[in-house]
Amino acid sequence: MKVVVCIKQTPSTTAVFTVDAGGNVSWDDPGGKPNVLNPWDEYSVEEGIRLKENHGATDVIVLTSGSEESQDALKTSLAMGCTEAILVADEAFAGSDTLGTARVLAAAINQIGDVDIALFGKQAIDGDTGMTPMQVARKLGWTPLTYVSAIKEVGDGQITVERLLDDGKETVSASLPVVISVVKEINEPRYPSLMGIRKANRVEIPTWGAADLSVEGGVGSEASQVDWSHVYAIPARVGSVEIIEGDTVEEQARILADRLFEEKVI
Amino acid sequence: MSGVWVFVENSQGQIPAVAQEAIGAARNVAAGLGQPLTGLVMGQDVSGVANGAFDLGVDAVLGADDATLAHFRVEAVGPLVAQLAGERNPAVLVVGGSTRGRDLAAWVAAELEAGLVPDGIEVKVEDSSVKVTRPVYAGKLLADVHITGGLQVITLRSRAFPKAEPTGKSGTPEWVNTAVAEDEINTKVVGFEGKEGTVSLTDASIIVSGGRGVGGPEGFAPVKELANTLGGALGASRAAVDAGWIPYDHQVGQTGKTVSPDLYIACGISGAIQHQAGMRTAKIIVAVNKDPDAPIFKLAHYGIVGDLFKVLPVLAAEFKKRLS
Repeated sequence: MKVVVCIKQTPSTTAVFTVDAGGNVSWDDPGGKPNVLNPWDEYSVEEGIRLKENHGATDVIVLTSGSEESQDALKTSLAMGCTEAILVADEAFAGSDTLGTARVLAAAINQIGDVDIALFGKQAIDGDTGMTPMQVARKLGWTPLTYVSAIKEVGDGQITVERLLDDGKETVSASLPVVISVVKEINEPRYPSLMGIRKANRVEIPTWGAADLSVEGGVGSEASQVDWSHVYAIPARVGSVEIIEGDTVEEQARILADRLFEEKVI
Repeated sequence: MSGVWVFVENSQGQIPAVAQEAIGAARNVAAGLGQPLTGLVMGQDVSGVANGAFDLGVDAVLGADDATLAHFRVEAVGPLVAQLAGERNPAVLVVGGSTRGRDLAAWVAAELEAGLVPDGIEVKVEDSSVKVTRPVYAGKLLADVHITGGLQVITLRSRAFPKAEPTGKSGTPEWVNTAVAEDEINTKVVGFEGKEGTVSLTDASIIVSGGRGVGGPEGFAPVKELANTLGGALGASRAAVDAGWIPYDHQVGQTGKTVSPDLYIACGISGAIQHQAGMRTAKIIVAVNKDPDAPIFKLAHYGIVGDLFKVLPVLAAEFKKRLS
């Protein structure tokens, strides 16, 4: 069984963002690395590795469409235990909307060939769209299984998973190949071992460009149908907090209750 | 290209809040564009849902009623909506951002090669085109987004829009055949466990959350008590979840759930930016924390500086008195 895990390198969760007058976004992380493996992807990488350890997957290939810097996230995934890494990078792909990205990733997965399961994290914490896994599934013509919280069974060309929907837990079965996006309930990602990190650092990761893939359809900013015309910081908070004072806690509770009933939120 | 469509999600004959909100928002978009609003009703035994959609203000209902649609599967509904949209050329498709809705929107947009903007918190019609405002970079920034090209597919964040007001109107739905037969649908639903009795965080109008300040799993007892008294849902910060004091299901924040209740009470939560990203759109935020310098007080509307173990039981008692 061949598994591909699609990941993204994103700003860290503690990154601090600035938008300049021209609407250009930049970020830094005073406490650590500014760019990391997308937090949701730690779970999909872990699940891919577990498919190898527990369900007989022979290959767990980590794939990303990004830039040279994205190698960091690929190496983290290799260090955790993925068997191979591929970087897809080309100027032509920059500025793609989710549809463009889906076209590129589908082409790469087809290029790898004979893939049974393509794993994704629920969303990437920069664009935050969470739409890419479904769109990749459509471009591949594979069954999508989203919000997966557990892979219950896989074998003989079939898979059964548990999905966490807004109103409950759904168990579904489908035949392979499938695209799966996972939620954090699915597992506890491992820390890469020191040996894993050392090995990963020595790996030469191949880069595939536009010429190496048969991408169907438009990609890059030219083809993007989504125009982020204006990115801006959240408008400053109007007003400030009313700290409720009182001689006793009972008095504070009474005043707060008064306020909340006035606000009609209770 | 003309007409605004809205997906009328339904389950067991009911239209969930997220779809009622989508209809409300879609009505405004349709009015702004001067075009009619069509509700898409798909399921089994859904004539009641169709009536409900007319009542909520759609001008027309386009639907399919079939056993293959009884339990929502994107592989059944997606091809049908895509086929209908391909034939009838709406200008905009609005979908409430539930798990099912987001799946559907992504499928249809990919199928029709259309532009897609998910997770809108504001939608405006400007110069006959639709502008969507959505949080990006884990909610730390906002983006105003336009979709260029043909069909515009939009999903809306749950609880970011008011529900459509009932109009008392009725109408005659147009029923069509399904696009795919059961044996063409790969996904089989083997089981479903509903979340009865518990309030879902993303649907809740009141949430009471606990953070590092609760000190341990038992520390959640007064937080839970207050949530129950107010009929609200129980939330938690990442710190409490990572410490193993409460399941991840309750986590609010950048890598947890994003919520938008009317009232959010943060207890023993410092208010790190990652937590704020998940709850900052709450209408009223109350903070209870021992530390007067906690960042949460910069975000909150009301605050009590004090020990949550002393404050919460007294608050619960006060509300019990007033709500009985």
